Amino acid sequence: MTEIPAAPQRRLRVLAAMSGGVDSAVAAARAAEAGHDVTGVHLALSANPQSFRTGARGCCTIEDSRDARRAADVIGIPFYVWDLADRFREDVVDDFVAEYEAGRTPNPCLRCNEKIKFAALLDKALALGFDAVCTGHYAQVITDADGNRELHRASDMAKDQSYVLGVLDDRQLAHALFPLGDTVTTKDEIRAEAERRGLAVAKKPDSHDICFIADGDTQGFLASRLGKAEGDIVDEAGAKLGTHEGAYGYTIGQRKGLRIGTPAPDGKPRYVLDISPVNNTVTVGPVEALDVTALTALKPRWCGTAPAAAGTYTAQLRAHGGETRVHAELVDGTLNVTFDEPVRGVAPGQAIVLYDGTRVVGSATIATTERATAAA
Amino acid sequence: MAYLDHAATTPMLPEAVEAMTKQLTVVGNASSLHAAGRRARRTVEEARETLADALGARPSEVVLTSGGTEADNLAVKGLYWSRRAADPARTRILASPVEHHAVLDAVHWLGEHEGATVEYLPVDGYGRVHPEALREALVRNPDDVALATVMWANNEIGTVMPVRELADVAAEFGVPLHADAVQAFGQLPVDFAASGLAAMTVSGHKVGGPYGIGALLLGREYSPVPVLHGGGQERHVRSGTLDVPAVAAFAVAGRIAAERRAWFATEIGGLRDDLVAAVRAAAPDAILGGDPDPAGPGSLGRLPANAHFTFPGCEGDSLLLLLDAQGIECSTGSACTAGVAQPSHVLLATGTDPDLARGTLRFSLGHTSTRADVDAVAEAIGPAVERARSAGLS
Repeated sequence: MTEIPAAPQRRLRVLAAMSGGVDSAVAAARAAEAGHDVTGVHLALSANPQSFRTGARGCCTIEDSRDARRAADVIGIPFYVWDLADRFREDVVDDFVAEYEAGRTPNPCLRCNEKIKFAALLDKALALGFDAVCTGHYAQVITDADGNRELHRASDMAKDQSYVLGVLDDRQLAHALFPLGDTVTTKDEIRAEAERRGLAVAKKPDSHDICFIADGDTQGFLASRLGKAEGDIVDEAGAKLGTHEGAYGYTIGQRKGLRIGTPAPDGKPRYVLDISPVNNTVTVGPVEALDVTALTALKPRWCGTAPAAAGTYTAQLRAHGGETRVHAELVDGTLNVTFDEPVRGVAPGQAIVLYDGTRVVGSATIATTERATAAA
Repeated sequence: MAYLDHAATTPMLPEAVEAMTKQLTVVGNASSLHAAGRRARRTVEEARETLADALGARPSEVVLTSGGTEADNLAVKGLYWSRRAADPARTRILASPVEHHAVLDAVHWLGEHEGATVEYLPVDGYGRVHPEALREALVRNPDDVALATVMWANNEIGTVMPVRELADVAAEFGVPLHADAVQAFGQLPVDFAASGLAAMTVSGHKVGGPYGIGALLLGREYSPVPVLHGGGQERHVRSGTLDVPAVAAFAVAGRIAAERRAWFATEIGGLRDDLVAAVRAAAPDAILGGDPDPAGPGSLGRLPANAHFTFPGCEGDSLLLLLDAQGIECSTGSACTAGVAQPSHVLLATGTDPDLARGTLRFSLGHTSTRADVDAVAEAIGPAVERARSAGLS
């Protein structure tokens, strides 16, 4: 299997994933400009033919596919549409629903990068003779003098998307190209570059966070998949405060939309502290009860070799979250993490990504959390 | 570059380009009464006579349209509406399941919106409709059938239908039979009068004429309800100002295609045979789609320019990409939705396993095809199949 060598001068056969948005179009254009032999591919990820015909924003509308095609025309590269809808449904959408059903909060973008873009797509690309997959993610792959590959945050911290790439292992990184990662570029500048390159997607609005929920209504999407399952909303002592139509519709740390009639005794707002799919109950309580001091996380994936000993890192717990200092140790495949300062709103199912400076060390899926105060 | 997608569109003949170019600078609406109009009308009518002559039809039977899709829609919808208007009991449409989407989607639409009952005729493993199958469908209740439609030759796998026999059966029951002859024209002897068809579709850009022009050959006793209403320029069944340059060029291309048909069948058919042999030598497990018999006495065979293959374990898209990268232009021969390949309805109708049906390639030759094109495929196909197979079915 060919790997990207340290010298970037080599002309690579690159498969550019083009969503129809501005970032992936500019990324493909930059890869072509750098002298690589680039072929564009739009991933059809929705099996619902309606979504190819309706103009809804998000991924995989016929409009997105056409926008990607037009961008490829302008760049002057071949373009194809690949149907990965079955894989996407199995590996991302069904997993997303199952995770919510189990009371966890998944991140489908990480999952898609791990299972689709840098697995199904990458494997097919490599088999067809390509050297690398190129995307519009803002992150950097840096190869040091010894040829070791490292994934780093984007030069522009505000645009950084290394969190959703934290699941990639060394082999995947060896075949990843992120042409947008090494420049300090605001979105406006990327749009200006697209404009300068004659790409019509320059003015296209950004896509939604979850591409397969076109209208952004995650609750409605889950309800359509899982049906109604009425249950109780209780306080930390177990007293019933209200009812819900499906515990899956809640996320730890959520404050809005609880629809609890009785105010809290202290008059302060209440937050979702816990979701129990077994009892179908949602536990709410004061904000302090959200404070997490430690967590365990499973399925660790390392961007390189696994750390041999316990260490101190910074951690990111959600896509647009800040950094927090942690102490982490790998014990029998489980990552044990303690926080220097308690953090709020940590939900099982989310990914914790560990950083050493700007370098991504690895990631794992949060399984359990330890609260500062005893929650339910 | 090896262009092997002539069934999608074939280069315009120089003679057609010349005829078209000449007319582009001439003013005149063929419906106008003044000298310019009369000049345009004369050009159109001469072209109509030329096309009629090339197709074994009377000039009045040539209804010019914007192309094959419109002609198919006019035949299917128009005949359905007119036949049903004459007798409300006639709501059944008999169609082959391997039709082009211009027919298939039209009959499907009639089923969804116009109360039609669409019955798909059985086909054999080559995708061929047998006259007995049509008879069986008709004899069940001839009175409720509005029309039957069976293409002359299949655009994907190249199988030729027994048009004359099918038309005889339909005529026995007084039911009009339409045939989409878009692929057949120029490759097979297409004689409208001898065929016994009620209606027949042909297209300009498949025979070396321009895009956007076609014709429905329509028996004089049929008056389909128009799809396009307006000035009634074409026998009152088709409206729209005639595209004189395109009509003139279509006629030139159609005449030459008919004149060169025998040459085409021998020469291009010979290259096709070599291509088939080369692909089989490089990829021994490749399955030739459609009738393997290249035609001959007692056999209908296949279109002389068509070579359709299924490569087990390969994705047609992967093969397309790999060949395209080497300058070989062909097609997966399957329907597209926003560019997403679906298993071909034609292959599924022939009983092909859906997974297998994903690994298809159609090479279609044409008047500009050369030995070099065949050689390019012979060289590239083996490694491409090997590589596509390693990429597997995603």
